[in-house]
Amino acid sequence: MADCGILNPFLCGEIPIQEWTADGLRWLVDNYRPFFQSVKQPIDQVLQGFAVLFTATPPTVLIAVFGLFAWQLGGVRLALVVAGSLVFCGVIGIWDATMITVSIVLTALGLSILIGIPLGIWAARSDRAFKVMQPILDGMQTIPAFVYLVPVVMLFGIGNVPGVIVTVIFAVAPLIRLTNLGIRQVPGDVVEAMRAFGASERQLLWKAQVPLAMPSIMAGVNQTLMMSLSMVVIASMIAVGGLGQMVLRGIGRLDVGLATVGGLGIVMLAIVLDRMTQARSGIRRRPGDFWQQGPVGLALRATGRSSVRRRPAKEAGRSA
Amino acid sequence: MSEPVIDCRSLWKIFGAGEHRALEAARDRGAGKQDIFERFGCVIGVADVSFSVPAGEIFCVMGLSGSGKSTLVRHLNRLIEPTAGEVYISGRDVNRLGPAELRKLRSKEVGMVFQNMALLPHRTVIDNVALSMELDGMPRKERHRLAAEKLELVELGGWDDRYPDELSGGMKQRVGLARAMAADPDILLMDEPFSALDPLIRRQLQDQFLELAKVVKKTTVFITHDLDEAIRLGDRIAIMKDGRIVQIGTPEDIVTAPADDYVADFVAGISRLALVTAAKVMKPLETERALTQQEIDAAPKVSPDDLLDELVTIACETDRPIVVVDGAAAIGIITKRTLLQGIQGVNET
Repeated sequence: MADCGILNPFLCGEIPIQEWTADGLRWLVDNYRPFFQSVKQPIDQVLQGFAVLFTATPPTVLIAVFGLFAWQLGGVRLALVVAGSLVFCGVIGIWDATMITVSIVLTALGLSILIGIPLGIWAARSDRAFKVMQPILDGMQTIPAFVYLVPVVMLFGIGNVPGVIVTVIFAVAPLIRLTNLGIRQVPGDVVEAMRAFGASERQLLWKAQVPLAMPSIMAGVNQTLMMSLSMVVIASMIAVGGLGQMVLRGIGRLDVGLATVGGLGIVMLAIVLDRMTQARSGIRRRPGDFWQQGPVGLALRATGRSSVRRRPAKEAGRSA
Repeated sequence: MSEPVIDCRSLWKIFGAGEHRALEAARDRGAGKQDIFERFGCVIGVADVSFSVPAGEIFCVMGLSGSGKSTLVRHLNRLIEPTAGEVYISGRDVNRLGPAELRKLRSKEVGMVFQNMALLPHRTVIDNVALSMELDGMPRKERHRLAAEKLELVELGGWDDRYPDELSGGMKQRVGLARAMAADPDILLMDEPFSALDPLIRRQLQDQFLELAKVVKKTTVFITHDLDEAIRLGDRIAIMKDGRIVQIGTPEDIVTAPADDYVADFVAGISRLALVTAAKVMKPLETERALTQQEIDAAPKVSPDDLLDELVTIACETDRPIVVVDGAAAIGIITKRTLLQGIQGVNET
């Protein structure tokens, strides 16, 4: 018979983490539920706005808008990929579910950017903040989403808004990390030069560090989007609508067809959002050039309002 | 004479925790660099450096890597805070300036050029040049006009809309120079600006810089590890070793009268022809057998400021000794033998 003793000290008692957590949460729910409910409000508004916009607009118009936007960002090929993927979603009959998922993912992205970029900047500027944040970020990324699904439901209830919150918890970490990394990777000599020419801390941040960290920050945005999409199915367990719901229902009813259609929709969405967020990073950043290309450039030229400032050819510059 | 534009007074910089205890040991008890490192884990960057630079002078600080010269120049615009000592720029102690005053000083009064150029890669050439004025809040149109002027000055007119990665190394550094001069500061700090360039381009830029310096007349502190460069550009040269200045003087002083073996080693390879004057090598008239007045009259004459180079040309055309005259009075004599010794740098007494 095993007894409490030096050989098996674990029988002598245990730390009741389980009870503590449950008690703590109950206390939080009892005392602060109104606070958490009020946090829901603005998120709900944004989400409703997106949902109305995407579901009320006729699909053809929406696909055209997305296509033109993609064209502006990354050229005709990207536009075709984006429009094609969206048309495919419509054709297989999941348009409405797709649009709901888009609005949830975009709301989560917006919230992540709002939280993630400032935190990332803070982490880059303060080693202490970074040290505190690092384990928390590790935790947010590794703790299984199911673990915090329950407390979120207890505090926020069920539905799309708690779904957005769960998604943000899971997806914001890479944005914080990559913003921090991007700013820390700005060459020291550039920072020194900025200081040497009289930059204040704010000017240093906005005129040098953030612009130079932009590729890294955009990679973070991209990662956050991808992780948001991977949360779609899990979030549907707390009654989040959209494509995730289809997959979940498919699993529940052993309906392979339904699950496949929902899954295909998620993949299509992933392709669309991934390509669109990556398009910007590859583009040459000459100021003004952005508006000279794509549909906007075309329209400007057509109406004769193009102010194409042709840069002097290399030879002309050299002889000057 | 007016007060110096840059005035450094017993400046110390010690890196590491416990810098003040290390400072005490180094300053008051004369502990050496190695000693300080072993006892306190601190590294001496700058040790008891004092110098002053009058308006319009090009002051070269020369030393090998690790001698503290780049650390020293960063004290002048307070990119680094000293452990002890003061730096006065146009009469104000930079270490007592408030944040706003310091930013004004950096954007308007002190321009800086860096070894690795440190241009902002996401900005066009013109926006790089206009940086200090932008940070100071000057409207866009105005600062672009001034920046374009400076680009003309470094012969890069028309490159306004290019990005730094489209430029060659030499061009980038010219942009760096234009940026430093953009706000018309009185002081230029140049931290090995030409060291990263290949020798031919370096030479070109040195010439261009000398041309510019004649026109714009800025008080310049020029950091270099290349004694040739220091001699070409500097009105005066300070030689640094282990954070200390071992000698300050004109190029001629440094070459003809090195303060110690360390400096002597440096100048050993320097050609003296274009540096040393007749006054330095001549012997008193009495040392040779007494010359008759006739002989003195017949001898070719030079002034004390004439360089060895010219003396060689004269010596080739005559067999007589050369007489050095100051005004009308003969003050010294240079025989072929003294001339050769002078070129070699042998100081025979």
